[in-house]
Amino acid sequence: MSADPAAVQLEAVSKIYGDFAALRKVTAQFTAGQCYVILGENGAGKSTLLRVIAGLLHPTFGSVHLFGSETAQEARQRIGYLSHASMLYDEMTALENLRYFAALYANAPTLPPQEALTLVGLDPILKRPVGQYSQGMRQRAALARVLLAQPELLLLDEPFSNIDAASAEQMLRVLAELRRQRRTILLTTHQPELARPLADVFCQMCQGEIVAWNPVATNAGGVA
Amino acid sequence: MTYLRVLWAHLQKDLRLEWRSKDAINGMLFFSLLVVVLFSFAFDPTTAVSRQIAGGILWVALLFAAVTALNQTWTRELRHHVLDAQRMAPAAPGALFLAKVLANFLFVAAVEIVLAPIFIVFYNLHALGQGWLLWIVLPLGTLALVINGTFFGALSLRTRNRELLLPLILFPISIPAVLAMVESTTAILTGEYDPGLWIRLLTGYDVIFITLSLLLFATILHAE
Repeated sequence: MSADPAAVQLEAVSKIYGDFAALRKVTAQFTAGQCYVILGENGAGKSTLLRVIAGLLHPTFGSVHLFGSETAQEARQRIGYLSHASMLYDEMTALENLRYFAALYANAPTLPPQEALTLVGLDPILKRPVGQYSQGMRQRAALARVLLAQPELLLLDEPFSNIDAASAEQMLRVLAELRRQRRTILLTTHQPELARPLADVFCQMCQGEIVAWNPVATNAGGVA
Repeated sequence: MTYLRVLWAHLQKDLRLEWRSKDAINGMLFFSLLVVVLFSFAFDPTTAVSRQIAGGILWVALLFAAVTALNQTWTRELRHHVLDAQRMAPAAPGALFLAKVLANFLFVAAVEIVLAPIFIVFYNLHALGQGWLLWIVLPLGTLALVINGTFFGALSLRTRNRELLLPLILFPISIPAVLAMVESTTAILTGEYDPGLWIRLLTGYDVIFITLSLLLFATILHAE
C-alpha cells in the first residue's frame, strides 16, 4: 500500500432510500495524488458515492473522512465537484457565471475566471449566455467552474458523457495536467478507454459496492 | 466585509437574472393589476368605502402576487443543480438567504411603485390619517412577505408539490403580519384610529422572523 495520506476515507458507508440501498457498507481509501476511475453500470452507485463524498448527501450509516478529519466547512474549500448538470445559470455568460462563483470563494485563493475559461479552451469574452452553448462547451464551462477554487480533490461525475470528441480531448488535457500536479481525482465514466491515460486505479462498482480495485501498472498520465 | 461581498455577489446575480428573464416581475405585476382592477369593477366602491377596504385589497393582491415570484426564486437555483454548487462553496449560507430576501423585496417594491398610482386612481383614495406613515408600513409589510416567502420557499424546495405547498405554509404563518399590514393601512387611510400598535407589531414580526430564518437557513440549505 502507498504511504501517501488518504484524501478520502470511507468507513462502512451506506446510503439507503426507502428499501433501496444505493451504497452498501462501502469501506475504501482513496490516496492523495492518485486518479481513480470508477466504472459500473447505471444504478451501481457511482454518482451517489461522489455526492456522499462531496457532502451533498449524508450517509445513512458509516462515516466519511476527508483529508484526515477536517470539518466539512474546511474540506469544502478543497473539493471540486462536476455533476451531470452544468451547475451554471443559462441566462448568464460563462465569464459572469465564473465571476459569481469566484466571489463565493472570497476567503480562498482562486484562479482568475478568464484564466479558468482559457484553460478549458473557451473564449472568456464570448457574449453568448451558457444556455446557447453546445453540450461540449457547457461541460467545459462547468469544468472551468470546478477549477476556479483550485481544488485538491476533484469529483467528476461522467465528465465525458454526451460531448464531442474535441471537447473530450480538451478536458482530458486539463485533467492530465491536474494529475501531473498530484491532485486527487475520482472520476466516474462509462467510457474507460477515454479515461485510461489518466487512471492510476480502476474501481468497479456493482449494486452499491466497490467490487474490484485494478491498479494500472505504469501510467505517466500522458495525453497527446 | 467578506460576508458583504458574498451577499453583493448573490444579489447582483439575482438582479441580473431577473433583468434578463423578467419572470418574477411580469407575473407579479399582471396578477396584482388584475386583482386591483377586478375588485374595483366588482364592488364599485364609494370613496368612504374604498378607504375601509383598500388596505385589505392592496395587501391580499400583493400577497398572492408575491407567491408567484417567491415560487420561482429557488426554482432558478434548482435548474442545472446550481444550488449544489452554492452548497459546496465555503460562503456563509446566511448571505445567500439575505440576498434572496433583498432581491425579492426589490421585485415586490418595483411592483408596488407601478401599482400605487393605479390603485389611487381606481379607488379614488387620499389618506385622512398621517399619509407619510405609509412609507413605513409598505416596506415593513413587504419585508414580512418576502422574509417568510423566501424562507418557506427554501423549505419546500425538495418537495414534489412545492408550488402548492408554499402558499399552504406561507398564508397561515403570515396571518399576524397581514392583519398588522391591513389594519395599519386602513388606520392611515381612514384616520379613525392610531396605527402605532399595528406598526410596532409588524416591526416585531419582521425582527423575529428574519432572526429565526437566518438561524435555521443553513440547516435547510444542507438538508437532503
